[in-house]
Amino acid sequence: MIDELEAMLRPPKLEMIPYPPKSVVLANGETMVIRQASTDEVDTMLKIIQPVTWLERDFYDIVSARVFSELLGWKKYRVRNAYCLVGTIDGVLAGIVNGRLFDERYGISYHTLALRRGLRVGSHLFAAKMEYHIEYLKQEEVWIVAESPIGHRRWMIEYPLRPKYEIQHELGGAPSWTLTRETYFAAKPRLVTGTRPVSAELLATSYPIKEPDLQTFLVQIEDTMEARL
Amino acid sequence: MRDVAIVGVGTTQFGRAQWSLLKMMCEASHDAITDARIGDREIDGIFVANMGAGRNNKTLGIASALVDRMNLYPTPAEAIENGPASGASAVKTGYMAVASGMCDLVLVCGGERMREVNNLEATECVSYISHRYAEYVYGVTLPALAGMFARLYMQKYGVTQEHLAMVAIKNHDHGFVNRKAHIRERVTMEGLLHGPDVANNNPYVADPLRFYDCCPVSDGASAVLLAPASMAGDFAKRPVRIAGVGQATDCQAVHERPDPTELPAVRIAAQKAFQMAGLTPADIDVCELHDAFTILEIAESEECGFFPKGEGHKALERGETRLGGKLPISPSGGLKARGHPVGNTGVSQIVELVLQLRGEAGPYQVPSAKRGFAVNFGGFGNNVVATVLSEGV
Repeated sequence: MIDELEAMLRPPKLEMIPYPPKSVVLANGETMVIRQASTDEVDTMLKIIQPVTWLERDFYDIVSARVFSELLGWKKYRVRNAYCLVGTIDGVLAGIVNGRLFDERYGISYHTLALRRGLRVGSHLFAAKMEYHIEYLKQEEVWIVAESPIGHRRWMIEYPLRPKYEIQHELGGAPSWTLTRETYFAAKPRLVTGTRPVSAELLATSYPIKEPDLQTFLVQIEDTMEARL
Repeated sequence: MRDVAIVGVGTTQFGRAQWSLLKMMCEASHDAITDARIGDREIDGIFVANMGAGRNNKTLGIASALVDRMNLYPTPAEAIENGPASGASAVKTGYMAVASGMCDLVLVCGGERMREVNNLEATECVSYISHRYAEYVYGVTLPALAGMFARLYMQKYGVTQEHLAMVAIKNHDHGFVNRKAHIRERVTMEGLLHGPDVANNNPYVADPLRFYDCCPVSDGASAVLLAPASMAGDFAKRPVRIAGVGQATDCQAVHERPDPTELPAVRIAAQKAFQMAGLTPADIDVCELHDAFTILEIAESEECGFFPKGEGHKALERGETRLGGKLPISPSGGLKARGHPVGNTGVSQIVELVLQLRGEAGPYQVPSAKRGFAVNFGGFGNNVVATVLSEGV
C-alpha cells in the first residue's frame, strides 16, 4: 500500500512485455547471459557502480553516475516506463544497459556501462537494448545520444545511426541520433546476436547478481600503474 | 667498431595513458637509468623514437622536450621518425653512436600517445605512411593494405582464417600474463570464428581481417641504455649485446611490387642482421615479430628464415611458435596483445628481448634463452629493421 501523495508522485506507466533472456558466447569463450533486471536488484547494482563514479577515465565517471541516478529513479518510481538489462558472466555483473519508453512509438536509450572490457560486452548489450525496443516493444524509433567517444563509435558509426538533431534527448545537450526499424534490421546480421532460449540452468547462474572483484574491474577500467598499486 | 651492450631497460604500462607523452617517456627512461644504476656517469647521447606526436599530441621537438624534462641538458638529443619502425631505427642509431666511439652512454627512448585522438584519427595518422598519391588519396589505410595482403597470401599458401585466429589466440595467451600488456584477455577459436556470436565479437575490419586480427591502438613508452661492451661490467644488470642489426627498404606502393606477397625488405634486413651476428635463424631462442596484423607474423616468420616460405602457418599449427614451442614468437603478447604504440614498438621489442635474455621475463620467460631476434616493420614493409641480441658480452 502506498499513500495518496506517493501515488500522485509516481508516473503512469505503459505495459511493457518482458525482454526474453538470451546468451552470448564472447570472444574469450565465456558465456554472457543477457536478461532483464528487476528493481529488487537495483541496490546490488548501485553498490557495484558506486566506485566507478570516481573513475575519470573513458567517461566512466559521468556514465556510471548517470546510470546510478537512473536506476535509483527507476527503483523509487520516479522514471516512467523504464527498464534495465544486465549482462552476467557466471552470475558476475559484466555490464548494464537501460532506457525507457517515451511513448508507445518512440524509445529513449539511456546508457551502456560495460564493467568487463575488451570483449565487446557493451556492444552486445547495446544491441540487446535496441532489439528490445524494436523487436519486442515494436517501437518505430529509438533516440540515442553518445556521451563518450567510445559510444559515438559503437552506435553512431557502427550501426550507423541517423542524426535527428531536432529532437531534444532528455539526457541533455548532446545532439540526438535515431535508430529506426530500417537501420536496426540492416545492422542486425552484423551486430545483434545471441541464442534463445536460455536453459533454466544457465539462466539460474545469473541470479543473484554477483559483484565483480572490485580491484580487478577497477584495474581493468583504469588500466594504469596507479590503479595497480 | 666497438661492440655495444644494452645495460638498462625500462617500459611503461601499455594501453590508454592518462598522462602526457612526455611523462610516459620520462617514466620509461628513468626506469632504464635506474635499471642500469649508472651512478654519476653522464649520458652523452639521446635518441628518441616517435611517429605521430606532431599530429596527435601537437608536440614537436620531442627529444629536446625529453632532455629538458629529465634535466639532462646539454646532452645532444634528436628524434628519429621512421614510421612504425622508428623504435628499431632509434636503437640502430644509438648503436652506431656507441659503436663508432662518438658516445659512451646512450639513452634510446621510444614513445607514442595515440589515444589522445580517437581511433579514426589514429588510423588516419598511421595511413600517412602509405603512398600519398597511389594509396592514401584513395582511402587506403594500413588495415586495408594488410587485408589485401592477407587475401593474396591465403590464396597462394593455403593460410586460412583459422590460422590467423591462431596467431591472435597465441599472442593473447602470451599477453595475458604480461602485466604491462594493453589487452589482457584470452580469446578462443569458438569466440573468434566458430561460435554463434562471432558477427559482433569479431567483425570484419578489412576482409579477410577481423577485429582480433588487428593490433590495438596503444599508448606506451620504452627505453634502453646502450654502452660499449667493454664497459658493460660497470653496470648493475647482466648485459645483452647487440649482435647484429640489418635494415632494408622496398617500393612504397604495395601494388607496384613484383609480388605483393613477398616482403623482401624483411628478408634482406633479417639476412643482414644474421650475417653481422654470425648466426643463423636456427640459433635464435626467442623472437618478437611485428604482428600489427596476424598475417604479418606468419609472413615475417617465413621471410626471416625461421620457416620455409608458405610454411609459417604450419609451424603455428604445430604449436612451435607459442611459449613452450621450438621458437616462441612474441612471448610478450606482441603488438597484438601487448600493444602497438607505433613509434615506440621497436624499442619495446628490444626491451622484451633483453628481459628474456636476462631471465627476467617472469611468467612468459622462455627457458634458457640466449639469443633473441626482433623485426620492426615500417610502412607496409617498405622500411624494416631487424635486430639480433645475444646474452652477455
